[in-house]
Amino acid sequence: MVKQCTILFGCLAVGDFLVWLTGIKLPGSIIGMLLLTAILQMGWIKLEWIKGFSDFLVSNLGFFFVPPGVALMLYFDVIAAEFWPIVIATVVSTILVLVVTGHVHQWVRKYGIPKR
Amino acid sequence: MEFLNDNFFIIALTFGVYYAAKKLQAYTGWVILNPILVAILVLIGFLKVTGISYESYSKGASIIDFWLKPAIVALGVPLYLQLKSIKRQLVPLLVSQLVGCVIGIVSVVLTAKWLGASKEIIVSLAPKSVTTPIAMEVTQSLGGIPSLTAAIVVIVGLFGAVCGFKLLQVGRVKSPIAQGLSMGTASHAVGTSKAMEYGRKYGAYASLGLILNGLLTAILAPIVLHLMGIV
Repeated sequence: MVKQCTILFGCLAVGDFLVWLTGIKLPGSIIGMLLLTAILQMGWIKLEWIKGFSDFLVSNLGFFFVPPGVALMLYFDVIAAEFWPIVIATVVSTILVLVVTGHVHQWVRKYGIPKR
Repeated sequence: MEFLNDNFFIIALTFGVYYAAKKLQAYTGWVILNPILVAILVLIGFLKVTGISYESYSKGASIIDFWLKPAIVALGVPLYLQLKSIKRQLVPLLVSQLVGCVIGIVSVVLTAKWLGASKEIIVSLAPKSVTTPIAMEVTQSLGGIPSLTAAIVVIVGLFGAVCGFKLLQVGRVKSPIAQGLSMGTASHAVGTSKAMEYGRKYGAYASLGLILNGLLTAILAPIVLHLMGIV
């Protein structure tokens, strides 16, 4: 457990450090995710070292969104003021992204870029 | 009523409500009863009824959303497990991400503008598909309202988690990889958590969509909005 936390929080800390160092406009957690993938791939850490804890976190990912979601109550009036534009634009665009991304991926994979 | 502000009470309440919401969905089998959505609504209702302020709730609950960042780092594991298959189809992945990212920004901006939304709202909507920290950063840099973006991002995530797989089915997106990818691209980590329920492969590609769309949106949103004459 201690080892797992060290690796995970280590990646997060290095991610935050890199953001601070370079000033890139990305969250440290995303950099941390890529770092974790990279050190697994390079064999610096073994999958078994991290698997238990990471499986626990990943399978409960949704739960961690509950408290930030409760913050919605603070914006009821802002959202109510332009309710329909916000809701319709959000729904229409999300449907488009879902279907178009999926279709483009299926299409390129099928007909794709000709191999050299 | 002082006790209701106790941090441990708030943590226990949040766990309890989420647990009950999960049981409720398992019992009814209704997709619309997404446990995240139900838990959020029940908790908001509870706070309104008891008069607990959001500030005192979030003080106790911050220990829960503290785990959000480590959990996003942990998505590196499913990503690593799919790395070989990702490398094999780098081109389809990149092309679909690029199209998905631009479609997401352009369509939300055009629709909102057409419906008469104010400029601040339009800018705050633009990065709606990506994970909260990136979305807020983008909105901030373009002169929108970051906290509104955070709220919209949650709504988008919930919409994707509740309706996503159904919409993909109706829209005839059939391959598991494309489905996972779309979920992560359109509705970030909340969509990814839903995809994770379907299986590791769905989850890994959803994580990939979440990352790639996050990166692309951070880079492209300012350019696209500029080209559209919004900022």
